[in-house]
Amino acid sequence: MKYAARRAVHALFLLFGISVLSFLFSAAVPGDYFSDLQLDSRVSPDTIAGLRTLYGLDRPLPARYGAWLASAARGEFGYSLTYHGPVGPLLGQRIKATLLLTGVATLLAWLVAVPVGIWNATHRGTWRDSALRLVLALMLSIPDLLLAFGLLVLAVETGWFPVGGMRSVGAEEMGAGAQVWDVARHLVLPVAVLAMGMLPVLIRHIRAGMSEAMEAPFAVSARAQGIPRRRLLYRHLLPAALNPLISLFGFSLGTLLSASLLIEVVMGWPGLGPLFLEAILARDFGVVLGVILISATFLVMGNLAADLMLYWADPRIRAGGPGTAAGGQG
Amino acid sequence: MKPALGVLVLVHVAVLGAGFFAPYDYAEQHREFPYAPPTPIHFRDWRPYAGEYPLRFFAKGRLFGVDEPGVVFLFGSDGFGRDVFSRVLYGGQVSLFTGLAACAVSLAFGLGLGTLAGFWGGWVDQVLMRGGELFLALPWLYLLLAVRGFLPLHIEPVEAFLLMVAIIGTVGWVRPARLIRGVVLSGRERGFVLAARGFGASGAYLIRRHILPMTFGVILTQATVLIPQYILAEVTLSFLGLGVAEPAPSWGNMLAEARQYHVLVSHPWLLAPGLATVPVLLGYLRIADCVLESTAK
Repeated sequence: MKYAARRAVHALFLLFGISVLSFLFSAAVPGDYFSDLQLDSRVSPDTIAGLRTLYGLDRPLPARYGAWLASAARGEFGYSLTYHGPVGPLLGQRIKATLLLTGVATLLAWLVAVPVGIWNATHRGTWRDSALRLVLALMLSIPDLLLAFGLLVLAVETGWFPVGGMRSVGAEEMGAGAQVWDVARHLVLPVAVLAMGMLPVLIRHIRAGMSEAMEAPFAVSARAQGIPRRRLLYRHLLPAALNPLISLFGFSLGTLLSASLLIEVVMGWPGLGPLFLEAILARDFGVVLGVILISATFLVMGNLAADLMLYWADPRIRAGGPGTAAGGQG
Repeated sequence: MKPALGVLVLVHVAVLGAGFFAPYDYAEQHREFPYAPPTPIHFRDWRPYAGEYPLRFFAKGRLFGVDEPGVVFLFGSDGFGRDVFSRVLYGGQVSLFTGLAACAVSLAFGLGLGTLAGFWGGWVDQVLMRGGELFLALPWLYLLLAVRGFLPLHIEPVEAFLLMVAIIGTVGWVRPARLIRGVVLSGRERGFVLAARGFGASGAYLIRRHILPMTFGVILTQATVLIPQYILAEVTLSFLGLGVAEPAPSWGNMLAEARQYHVLVSHPWLLAPGLATVPVLLGYLRIADCVLESTAK
C-alpha cells in the first residue's frame, strides 16, 4: 500500500511539472490567438489590446497559471477562444469518441496477439514461423498513413464501409439499434488500421516472453512430468512470461488517448486528434494545453497501473528486488 | 543484413542523386497534363519509347528524359502536372535526411547528458533523469506537434527542415540518454576503470578512453531504431502541414494531396511517396533486428 501511495504521489508531481512546463513554454512563444488580427488594418491596436485584457492574456504569468489551476479544479481546464467556452466539456465529447475507437482497437489487438504470439513461440524455427515473421515485418514497415489510405480507397471502390466520419447523415432520426449499427460500421476501418499497427509489436513481445519462459528449467521439468501441453502453456508458462506483458498492457492503456491522432485526422473521426490539430493551427493555446494535460494524464496513469499490477503479480518486486518500475515506451 | 543494407544504400544513392536520376525538376509544371497516369514504357526495335517519343539517355545532365512535347512520368503526375517520380526522389532528400540528422541530434544530446548523469551521479543525475521523465510522460506525437505548434507556422523550406531536425531531435533525447546512463553507470565500476582511476587518471580521460567506447553498442542499436521513427515523424509533420511546405516536396506533404479521397481513388499513383517509405523502413527494421541479435549473443 505504501508502494502504491508513493507511486501515486510521484505521478501527481510529474503531472504538475508537465502543466508548469507547458504553461511556461506556451507563454514564451511568439504570437497568440489575436496575432492574426493585427494583419487586418481595420482592427486598431487598441481593440486588440482590449481583447487581450478581456481574456487576461496580458496578466503576469504566475497569475495566469493560478487562474488556470483554479479552472482546472472546477473541471474547466481553461478557456477556448475559438469555441468561446471552457475547454473541459469540449474535451469530454471528443474523449468519448477517441476512447471508443482506441478501446475497441486495443481490445481486438490483444485478443488476436496473445494466441498468435503463443502459437508463434511454440512453432519457432519452422517455416510457419518464418512466414509469420515476414508478415509482421511487412506490417511494421507499412506506415499507418498508407494503410489508412489503402483502406479508404477500398471502402470507396467496394462501398462496403462508410468513408470517414463517425455517423451517417441523419443518424439522429434512426432507432437506437440502427444508430449503434451505424457507428459500428464507421468503426471498422479506423479500428482495422489501428489494430494492425499495434499487432506486430504485441506479437513480438509475447513471442519473446513465451520463448524465454519455455526454456526456463521449471518448464522443462514440468514437461518431463507429463503436464499436458495446453495446460502447460496457459497455466504455467503464460504467468511466468507475464511481466513484460503487464508493462506493455499499461502502455496500451496509457496511449488510449494518443495512439489514434493521425488515423482520426485522416479518417475524419471526431476525436481528440482533429481538435488538437485545429487548436494548434488556430493558436488556441487553452485547448492545446488541455489536450496535452489529459493525454499526459492517461500515459502517466497507464504506467502507474502497470507498476501496481506488476507489484501485485510479481512477488520478486514486492520483496524490493531489482528491476522495479518498468517505464512505458513510445 | 546484406540485402537490407543494399536496399538502403540504393535508396539513398537514388535520393542523393535526384538531380541526375530524376527526369524533371521538382517544381517543373506541365499544366497540360494534370493527374496524368504513369507513362507506359514500351520497346520498338530494342529501343525504349515513352508513348510515341524515344527515351533519350544522358541528355541535359539527366539519366533519362524525352524530347518536347513528349513527357515521361514514371509514377504519373500530380494536380499541377508535376512528375511524381522526380518529386519522390527530391522529397526523399528532405524525409530521409531529417531522419538521419534528427537522430544525430538525439544521440548527441543523449550521449552528452547520459554520460554526465551516469558518470557524476548525485544531483546532476537526479535533475537530468527527473527532467527526462517529464518528456516521457507526454505522448511522443503530441509533444512533437505541440512544440511545433507553439513555433511560427509559415516559414521557408530550409528553415522548416532545420526546425524539424531540431524539434524531432531534441524531443527524443531521453530514451538514448537513459540507456547510455545505464551503460556508463555500470562501466564506471568495472575493474579496469577503477584501476585507471587509481593510477590517477582524470575524469575526462576516463570518459574518453574507457567509458565512451562502451556506449558504442547502445548508440548503434538506438540509431537503427530512431532513424525510421524519425523519418515517419517528418512524414507525419509535413502531412499535417506543420513541416516543409510546397512547392518543396517531402514524402509527407506529397501525401497530403491524397487526403481528398475522391482525388485519391481516381489517381492512386499519388500514394507513391507513401510506398517509398516501405523499403526504407523494412531495411532499417531488418538491420535493427540483426544488430540486436548480434549484441544479445
